Amino acid sequence: MNFLLAFLFAGFACALAQVILDNTKLTPGHITSLYTAAGAFLSFLGIYDNLIAKFGAGATTLISNFGHMLYSAALQGYNEEGVLGIFTNMLTKSSAAITGAIVFAFLISLVFKPKD
Amino acid sequence: MNKEEYKKMVEKHTPKEPRLRNMGVAFLVGGFIGFIGEFLIFILTESFGMSQTIAGIWACLIVIGVASLLTAFGFFDNWVNKCKCGLIIPTTGFAHSVTSSALDYKKDGLITGLGSNFFKLAGSVILYGVISAFILVIVRVVIGG
Repeated sequence: MNFLLAFLFAGFACALAQVILDNTKLTPGHITSLYTAAGAFLSFLGIYDNLIAKFGAGATTLISNFGHMLYSAALQGYNEEGVLGIFTNMLTKSSAAITGAIVFAFLISLVFKPKD
Repeated sequence: MNKEEYKKMVEKHTPKEPRLRNMGVAFLVGGFIGFIGEFLIFILTESFGMSQTIAGIWACLIVIGVASLLTAFGFFDNWVNKCKCGLIIPTTGFAHSVTSSALDYKKDGLITGLGSNFFKLAGSVILYGVISAFILVIVRVVIGG
């Protein structure tokens, strides 16, 4: 059941993005930024935690989860250390994703040649 | 031929994007990646005894690593062209954009090419993510006291 819910939610989010892409002049770059900001906003409204509880990886594998991680980490930082905490905590939760992408992309780009 | 006629002719001959099909493909592919994420978390929690949070981070790293590798092998560009948002919206899109710009600009040198173009596409995601999170936390603090 978890698998089905994850499939449905991730599929729904991607299909929605595809509809936006096909019917407006926005580029994929616009849409990923939009989804990230939307993730932060849903987190702000307290919805994203419920989405993760219900759809699991269906919600966490999306780029909007990035916005959610940024917002929740920054808020946690504020609660612990005040305004300084926003700055020191902002990237803590998303660190794995950013560092992972940087390390993998760098190592891989050293080894492989671009295919054209 | 006046402008109106020309416009009509252009419209007639512009290939129509199969929007419904695009949407279906994006749904299936995006859903499949969500399924893989859930499946990885299931395997990691059941077989390796990890907590849900740790397994989630590992699953995220595995998806990013595999997406980077597939980009380097050259499969991913074709797939993105076909599946569009199905692959762009999940974390795979982030990994793909970083790896493909790293590969494309490698020829211009490690600093001036690879280094300065590394976050070309992913930069906007990080930038607007951080800015929106920052503003929303401020709003929350102001409202919540």
